Amino acid sequence: MDSFVLVGDAREVSTLTTSGFSDVASSNAALRGFLHGLPGVDKVGADGRAAMLGTRSIKTTAKRQAIDLAISMVDLTTLEGADTPGKVRAMCAKAVHPDPSNPDVPRVAAVCVYPDLVAEAVRAVGSSGVKVASVATAFPSGRSSLEVKVTDTELAVAAGADEVDMVIDRGAFLAGDYLKVFEEIVAIKAACGDAHLKVILETGELATYDNVRRASWLAMLAGGDFIKTSTGKVQPAATLPVTLVMLEAVRDFLDSTGRKVGVKPAGGIRTTKDAIKMLVLVKETAGDGWLDPDWFRLGASSVLNDLLMQRQKQDTGRYSGPDYFTLD
Amino acid sequence: MTERLSVRKTYKLFIGGAFPRSESGRSYVVTSAKGEFLANASKASRKDARDAVVAARKAFGGWSGATAYNRGQVIYRIAEMLESRRAQFAAELVAADGVAAKKAAELLDAAVDRLVWYAGWSDKIGAIRGSANPVAGPYFNLSSTEPTGVVAVVAPPTGPLLGLVSVIAPVIVTGNTCVVVASERAPLPSITLSEVLATSDLPGGVVNILTGGSEEIAPWLAGHMDVNGIDLTGAAPDLAKTCEELAAENLKRVLRPPADKIDWLADPGTARMTAFLETKTVWHPIGV
Amino acid sequence: MFEYAPAPESRDVVDIKPSYGLFVNGEFVDGSGSAFKTINPASEEKLAEIAAASAADVDLAVQAARKAFTTWSAMPGAERAKYLFRIARIIQERARELAVLESLDNGKPIRESRDVDLPLVAAHFFYYAGWADKLQYAGYGTRPLGVAGQVIPWNFPLLMLAWKIAPALACGNTVVLKPAETTPLTALLFAEICQQADLPPGVVNIVTGAGETGAAVVNHPDVDKVAFTGSTEVGRLIARSVAGTGKKVTLELGGKAANIVYEDAALDQAVEGIVNGIFFNQGHVCCAGSRLLVQESIAGELLASLKRRLGTLRMGDPLDKNTDIGAINSAAQLAKIRELSDAGEQEGAERWSPACAIPAQGFWFPPTIFTGVAQSHRIAREEIFGPVLSVLTFRTPAEAVEKANNTPFGLSAGVWTEKASLMLWTADRLRAGVIWSNTFNRFDPTSPFGGYKESGYGREGGRHGLEAYLDARDGSL
Repeated sequence: MDSFVLVGDAREVSTLTTSGFSDVASSNAALRGFLHGLPGVDKVGADGRAAMLGTRSIKTTAKRQAIDLAISMVDLTTLEGADTPGKVRAMCAKAVHPDPSNPDVPRVAAVCVYPDLVAEAVRAVGSSGVKVASVATAFPSGRSSLEVKVTDTELAVAAGADEVDMVIDRGAFLAGDYLKVFEEIVAIKAACGDAHLKVILETGELATYDNVRRASWLAMLAGGDFIKTSTGKVQPAATLPVTLVMLEAVRDFLDSTGRKVGVKPAGGIRTTKDAIKMLVLVKETAGDGWLDPDWFRLGASSVLNDLLMQRQKQDTGRYSGPDYFTLD
Repeated sequence: MTERLSVRKTYKLFIGGAFPRSESGRSYVVTSAKGEFLANASKASRKDARDAVVAARKAFGGWSGATAYNRGQVIYRIAEMLESRRAQFAAELVAADGVAAKKAAELLDAAVDRLVWYAGWSDKIGAIRGSANPVAGPYFNLSSTEPTGVVAVVAPPTGPLLGLVSVIAPVIVTGNTCVVVASERAPLPSITLSEVLATSDLPGGVVNILTGGSEEIAPWLAGHMDVNGIDLTGAAPDLAKTCEELAAENLKRVLRPPADKIDWLADPGTARMTAFLETKTVWHPIGV
Repeated sequence: MFEYAPAPESRDVVDIKPSYGLFVNGEFVDGSGSAFKTINPASEEKLAEIAAASAADVDLAVQAARKAFTTWSAMPGAERAKYLFRIARIIQERARELAVLESLDNGKPIRESRDVDLPLVAAHFFYYAGWADKLQYAGYGTRPLGVAGQVIPWNFPLLMLAWKIAPALACGNTVVLKPAETTPLTALLFAEICQQADLPPGVVNIVTGAGETGAAVVNHPDVDKVAFTGSTEVGRLIARSVAGTGKKVTLELGGKAANIVYEDAALDQAVEGIVNGIFFNQGHVCCAGSRLLVQESIAGELLASLKRRLGTLRMGDPLDKNTDIGAINSAAQLAKIRELSDAGEQEGAERWSPACAIPAQGFWFPPTIFTGVAQSHRIAREEIFGPVLSVLTFRTPAEAVEKANNTPFGLSAGVWTEKASLMLWTADRLRAGVIWSNTFNRFDPTSPFGGYKESGYGREGGRHGLEAYLDARDGSL
């Protein structure tokens, strides 16, 4: 159930119906008070916890489960100026059949492209079940007017996007104008219609874990279906501790509001080991309930081949090589 | 004309800043080095020792919580007061210790100077005994000194003033409070010192002085569970061993009697201070 | 779904002999006491027969140490340093072997022996190696004491050995060390490392045995220095027995640390700190944060988070790389933990443990929380030395400090707040030797460790740790 019913103009955010949080966004002061009232995050402690979870040893059957789960969670992504319909078609083919030689390999969760290539991607994935996600809202910087961002979103949705990956206005966030960020998310959510909204926090620009936690809550309160770490264009991107903080946020948000929000680390996940560490983080932080492509995604591209290679090693007992996997 | 009859002083105990008689009502005769009667001193009982520990514990929070600068000033003030009573102390030392007037003056000077020396340590001992520790991780890590708590002191039998000052000052300068068992044979300067302490801005209870039998009182202090440390400088070997055994019950810090005779005029070093100092190490993460 | 499969560390890296002798004067020799067995507490399987040192054996070890002291103390510090550096390197080279052996003999998870114990052991030797030729700058003089008799506990067998031996040797002393009866194996492997390092015979002697062996070490008239880590009860006996002997003593004893969580704490990290504070090493930690003092305004929220977190702890095979909680070290310790936990229930505290499968063999105790604990309960006053947390609440900072200090112990304490001035105010008032703020159970060779009050005296680690092994008397003393 979506408890974030928006009535009328995006400015009238006080109509939020989430129990206990109805007044949170009644003013910037109220929103600031709420966000700054969240428990702080101790960086060293969070880093330490993430590092400890990184030492979990995932072997044999567990590794096989993890690899297939990770493949099914991948948002296979291309976000380059040089993207073409051909590039997108090739990527979509790979998304549907990651390993053409092995039909047991699950398809990925989604492909992620720029808005102008959504239609191409929709055609290419067809009825495979692979979702099409589009970045929007003047990705990656988000430096444009709300009108442009809304139109960007509407066009992507009109072209068939199942999911929209928006960026927040980090400038407004860092300037303390939380209400502006909030209202923008509300407006984009409205423009999404039935499409799922992923809110990219660009944690690398938010700089502190306290900000990551605040931005996570802000995005969730404003109606985001997913919170996503990064655009992939800024370093650092999806680090383990940042993902940890966001997983804590969705866990606590569910406890507080009854609404479940997904998490998508994106950028910097390159190896099977990276991906499995993410799954361990999910399992031991938010819990098994998030170990599902509906609630957890990996925004990545190169990780897929490594997952496939590791999978083949498990099947054959031999180490494989890059020549045996497609480069799309 | 009739010679004026002098008004004698009554020598009592010094507990919690007051001068009570022993609750036991006992006293004992103190004689000069030549064997002449000097005074009837209070003979403290185990209950006086208990009361003194209560007073010392009560004073500990305030004294240990005072700034080091403040403690240094108070101890310097003790030196000033002692200096201003030179004549009285000199006369007492001649009587009590049997030393010549010139030697008495020398010992008195040394006692005043020792107090001044220790006064200066109050805000420096932490600098030489503390440390910033370069741990292998993102943590601020600082070790600093803190006083042990309530310390019992068995004062040396000899050196009734210099020896006494030399065992009290290092204990209190760092923030401890103490209960002192004065020299049994020559207790009078200790009570006169109490009068100095009482007029030196030293909070009541920081120093408590008991006169009487050290064999009788010291074991009660050594076994007292609310005493954190004991200086056995003035204890004879058998008494010291008994007290050390009793002190084990609550793991008191023990400063054992020295193997050799102490030269009270020599540089005392830092060991008397560090014997009753704890090291506290605080860790805190460093991160944005 | 995604469930962790067993991920056992290989046992093959260690070669446990059927029996071990004493290590005296550079060689393994028979003991004249009756040999005893050491077992794996996770399976109760016998690991090896261990020689027991009688008073006569201890005497031989002390004689060997005395003889070695002449040359070892006269050796240039730079040369002593090189031996210690060499030992540190060998420990690093054989770290996995030592970690597996430690987990087998002690029951602690391999993750901890591998990631905490062993790195700290090597670091400790590196650290004190560097002091050996710099003692004149440390401020405690340069005169070693002589022969050090050292008795160590079973909770961190090799790490406690390092804490004892590294500074002793750096300062020019020689040692006779008695490891705990239930965990002698890594100390005996360390003896082999001394041989590999060509350490001169007699500089390190290892005598195995139980309490009588320890007493023989402590009470030997030719021992100049006694260093003990263990229970306050035994510490008291030692302090009494050395009275009048002039032996220098350092004691690192029990604790009942308060872990104070203020309402403005970083809660997720506080939960981790609480878990690490009491469930690290099955709670067999003298400085464990065994009393959680939580501000009443957040008690419900914090406890809910804590319980959820405990649900993720993995108890079982210590050699499994994903195990968080290993085995209790001995049947005796398990009985003690049970006895105190039962007392907690009888006194009216509410007991809670997560659902947790207990292996059929070995000694196990699930992570346990007691709520509704009063200061007067035994579980709030006595050291349990197991994975049992007592939860108390407070209303104001002053009350927190008062409750935290209301114990005869004074080893460590924790404080959690995002407000620096409150942290410093609290740390200043806590009567304990180590204060962890916004962290817990961190150790480092540069950082002095040791207690106030009945938690003992002396410091281990850092420059301060040298004082225990030098004749630091200055001035008129």
